[in-house]
Amino acid sequence: MHGRPRKAPKPEDEAASSAKAQKLRALQTQFFSFHHNKIYTKEAVELSAKLLEINPESYTAWNYRKLAVEHYLNLPDCNPDSIKSVLDDELRVVENALRQNFKSYGAWHHRKWVLSKGHSSIDNELRLLDKFQKADSRNFHAWNYRRFVAESMKRSEQDELKYTEDMIYANFSNYSAWHNRSVLLSALFDKKAEGFLLKEKVLPEEYEFIHQAIFTDPDDQSGWFYHLWLLDQTVTTDSPLLASSWPGHGSDVLLVGDRCYNGSAFSPFSALHSDSGSFPIVLYFNQPVRGVNSSTVTVECGFNKNEDLLWKPLSASNSQTARVWVAHLKVSSSDLHSTVEVSVGHTKGIISTRGFEYSHPSMLSFKVHVQPMERDSSQVSVAESISLREENFKVYGKQSEESIIDSFDQLIIKNGHETTASNWRFEALAKEIECFRELLSLVDCKIGKLTLARLLKAYDAMSYPFANKLVHSEEVLELYSDLMKLDRTHYQFYKDERSIVLLQKVTSSKGSLLQHCFQYKDSVSSAICGPICLRLNNLSLSRMGAFEKLLWVQMLDLSHNELQSIEGLEAMQLLSCLSLRNNKLRSLTALEPLRKLKLLRILDISYNQIGDHSIDTTRYVCSSPLSHSVGSELNRDETVTSDVALINNWEAFYIFKDFNLNQLDIVGNTIADEKFKSVLVKIMPKLKQLDGKLLD
Amino acid sequence: MDDIPPYPPIDPTTFDLIVIGTGLPESIIAAASSTASKSVLHLDPYPFYGSHFSSLPLADLPSFLSSHSTSPSPPRSPSSDDPNEFSLLEFATRPLYSSIDISTFSPNLLDQHSRKFNLDVAGPRVFFCADKSIELLLRTGTNQYMEFKSVDATFVGDNKGNLWSVPDSRAAIFKDKSLGLVEKNKLMRFFKLVQGHLAGEQDIKISEEDLQSPFVDFLNKMGLPPKIKSFILYAIAMADYDQEDTGVCRDLLKTKDGIDQLALYNASIGRFQNASGAFLYPIYGQGELSQAFCRRAAVKGCLYVLRMPVTALLVDKDTGCYKGVRLASGQDIFSQKLILDPTFKVTLPSGSSPPLPLKEKLPFFSLKDDKGKIARGICITKTSLKPDISNFLVVYPPRSLFPEQVTSIRLLQIASNLAVCLPGMFVLYISALCNDDDQGKKLIHAVMNTLLTVPLDSESNAAVQSETAENGSAVQDETSESSSGGPSDSGEEKPTLLWSALYSQELTLGQVDFICSTPMPDGKLNYNDLIDTTFKIFQEIYPGEEFFPETSLENPEGDGDASPET
Repeated sequence: MHGRPRKAPKPEDEAASSAKAQKLRALQTQFFSFHHNKIYTKEAVELSAKLLEINPESYTAWNYRKLAVEHYLNLPDCNPDSIKSVLDDELRVVENALRQNFKSYGAWHHRKWVLSKGHSSIDNELRLLDKFQKADSRNFHAWNYRRFVAESMKRSEQDELKYTEDMIYANFSNYSAWHNRSVLLSALFDKKAEGFLLKEKVLPEEYEFIHQAIFTDPDDQSGWFYHLWLLDQTVTTDSPLLASSWPGHGSDVLLVGDRCYNGSAFSPFSALHSDSGSFPIVLYFNQPVRGVNSSTVTVECGFNKNEDLLWKPLSASNSQTARVWVAHLKVSSSDLHSTVEVSVGHTKGIISTRGFEYSHPSMLSFKVHVQPMERDSSQVSVAESISLREENFKVYGKQSEESIIDSFDQLIIKNGHETTASNWRFEALAKEIECFRELLSLVDCKIGKLTLARLLKAYDAMSYPFANKLVHSEEVLELYSDLMKLDRTHYQFYKDERSIVLLQKVTSSKGSLLQHCFQYKDSVSSAICGPICLRLNNLSLSRMGAFEKLLWVQMLDLSHNELQSIEGLEAMQLLSCLSLRNNKLRSLTALEPLRKLKLLRILDISYNQIGDHSIDTTRYVCSSPLSHSVGSELNRDETVTSDVALINNWEAFYIFKDFNLNQLDIVGNTIADEKFKSVLVKIMPKLKQLDGKLLD
Repeated sequence: MDDIPPYPPIDPTTFDLIVIGTGLPESIIAAASSTASKSVLHLDPYPFYGSHFSSLPLADLPSFLSSHSTSPSPPRSPSSDDPNEFSLLEFATRPLYSSIDISTFSPNLLDQHSRKFNLDVAGPRVFFCADKSIELLLRTGTNQYMEFKSVDATFVGDNKGNLWSVPDSRAAIFKDKSLGLVEKNKLMRFFKLVQGHLAGEQDIKISEEDLQSPFVDFLNKMGLPPKIKSFILYAIAMADYDQEDTGVCRDLLKTKDGIDQLALYNASIGRFQNASGAFLYPIYGQGELSQAFCRRAAVKGCLYVLRMPVTALLVDKDTGCYKGVRLASGQDIFSQKLILDPTFKVTLPSGSSPPLPLKEKLPFFSLKDDKGKIARGICITKTSLKPDISNFLVVYPPRSLFPEQVTSIRLLQIASNLAVCLPGMFVLYISALCNDDDQGKKLIHAVMNTLLTVPLDSESNAAVQSETAENGSAVQDETSESSSGGPSDSGEEKPTLLWSALYSQELTLGQVDFICSTPMPDGKLNYNDLIDTTFKIFQEIYPGEEFFPETSLENPEGDGDASPET
């Protein structure tokens, strides 16, 4: 059925098929006349059967038969015997049609419809299925129908599981059988069926089973898919967890009115410039959740309860599900020191995409200090432009390390409960790791390397806060580097994965993170100015990751990497200064995550590839003005609709209109000609500096 | 043969070819020669077809064996007083079977139903679905005279009575519970290498150097563990001798030959839709094959006379050339060519010049009678060696039963659904190559002791019990739990032996000499080598004739017929 070469038709075949077409056309004409005149005589119904036997794809004929069945069932002299004979006829016609083409959607659908009339028996249907699955064990129509029959006729999942086992034993290169196995097991887990109560009892057996396939033939992909599913079952905890937050538990936040401050007593990690007297609270979950609101997450600030605090999801799409949620808390300027308590999940309602409830209520508390403004904010101007050049950075001073280390620890939420409860997950992963190391000692196998990398990564992630370092990160990086060489077709995928692992490694320990922390100090002002700058430049990153560890970052240098996307950056709500200089961003829409960074003031996207490619593929994944919500926004703004230049640059308008930038560098992109720059100035009236030139 | 009815005279009295004996090679030659429009007379002293390739009723087997076990009375003095122009050379028979040992433990049951048994004289033997005999059957349409069933599985046995299934396909490797993951990987990669090599894939090629090296060295080079090596060498490539002991190995397999064997095995699996494994077995026994070719010959005009012994050879008095034969009826029949079955020896009259125009013509035939012997055993039991499966092959690789075992021992269990025995019974065929009878007996007994309960004698039930207990304690092993359910699994009795026949057979090769004689059944599992030899003999006697020309294809639906019934 699969992998058979097509042959050019012989002349006699063509003659036969044209004769068939002739016959079919005659049949069809007659059929349509019956259909249109609503004639359901025996002869007419018989004709439709004949038509379907030749061409099972004739949907109209199937629908006609449905009407005919309804017609017969509504006859006054209808009795159980006649119903049986009518429905039996239908089943027979379907079977004949399937014999002609067992992948006919119409025929399978019609059979489901007949079955919905409460006819046929499970034995009868299973016998039919056996026949078709023997003819082609990977026929997904048959598998779909099988699931339908098993469900509607209440065949037990255990029996069906046994069936997949038999099919797999006959030939383990069967995606459908493995897939159905995962579906059935999921159902049994959900039901907590006898013998399937504990995943730790079932999964090891499944691992053992799939190893047989993977070791026997590592080149066969069907087994790997199932392994990936098992890995997911092992790694993913059912209920969502809070992975990190800003501010961290037990931390001190210093809100300063202007950019220059003397950090003295406070860690530069938690000092934040705030014009408005409000600051963001960021909750970072380990999987996307919905239902974060002022009742599921309560925030107490001093004696005030912020009941009307608005929690917003931070996700690329406009869905109400996200890993990262943000709310802006306003601190009254009179309260110079206050304690904030955030309690998450004490009331039910936070639910993961897979439908599991957040079940580990946690409490964050931190102190907020307000440092009043020393200068009038209107004076902040020219001199404060920031230039992220090498000479302006200093390795972070040693005397400050202690405070950095302290606040670094505060970023991590400890979920001791979940981890002790899942020793079996560790054991399962450790066993898998050992197993795949062995496989790789036998064969050089791409998918084996990828799986080992995934396993090691998962193991590290699971053990992380306790092991205090990612034990396997070097090995994982090496595996991905290897794969990038071995499998050029999927180079970019491996590179992306590698970038994320590299970032996790960099952010995993205090020592490695400190190497990337710099103090910004420009030549103009003599004072030590601004917050710490995290420099992740020149790392060949093609993707950003490890956001949960980077929520505190206000200045980020990602220059000289190979970023094509900055997906996920929206989580870094404190960012005020970002350099994406010398990357591979291809379009303005790639900047979409930045729209959600309300504190961003300085942005460098110079020397990218924006405008190089006339077709912007990200358009298809990003929401565009053509989509409903954004489009209506655009129409409301009449100044915009009347401006032809803006209409032609809708992407620029869409991306930049919400920005609060003071300073933008866009030079070195194809798109950035003078005309475009003038459009930018129009979109962002507050912009003070463009490509190093002051604007008035 | 004492009460042979009076012989009717045979007419005509001159043929192109006379064939004596209806063993497989003789029958194929008779069929091929008839197909080539030769007039052929096919004679057999016995009342059944097949000679040393026949399947016999239980009671007839011992007498057949013993009739070939002793040198008969020395030939009477040449009847030089013959009046005509021929001299008579009396036939002498040579002993082909020795150490015949028949044991009956259930006399009543078996004697009454002797005719319900069809016991192969030359067992164990199977057809590989893609081997030369199947090709020949299909090509000649002879398959229409036979029906087959699939042999369901192959196992490798050990000295603890376990039977390990042979992972001979991708699905079997996946399913196998006795192989470790690493072993599975190595085995499958080896199969893929062989498949790639056979398919002529560019980047998967076994080097010429490797192909010429011993197969066992190549398997070592591939890093295959001992267990898998043993599976491949003895249960798939069906090597006879210990490949890892060059001192005793007489058939050291080259990689090239090993790969060919694997290719044959691989092509056999799945060739016929109804055959699950690689092997077929004919309903009514292997004797059917010779008989089918005889029928094929008869259709083409070959004349058959059974129960007709031949007493002497007629040779030209002056030239010493072959002229004809004298039958037991006293009639003289003449022919151009003669094919003799290996029973007969012709003693040249002393003094006459050796008229040997063909002598040492072919190096192929020059080595004769130095191939040693083959020990065979036939056992009848009432229970299968393995529950739930009735027809299967077991291989005991060299050294698997005892350290001095230098040849593989093969065992084939055939059940009554192949019409070879009483319903509910099983026939076990065992064979092993050996140097002498004692060695042979030891090999056959080793298997029987491992798998069967052998009553000490037919009366002593107590003895049976103690024997069982003794063996039982010896064979228990933890591994048998995880094995594929060997017969020694706790709680399972070993099948009790009802009847057995043990004998050694000479491995006489065919010879093309003063006259042509055909080979005895060889020690192989299938008929490939015998068919090769037969083809060479045919070419020798009819150099210009085609061996079953393609046009003789009469049954284009052959494939369907050859497949076993469900």
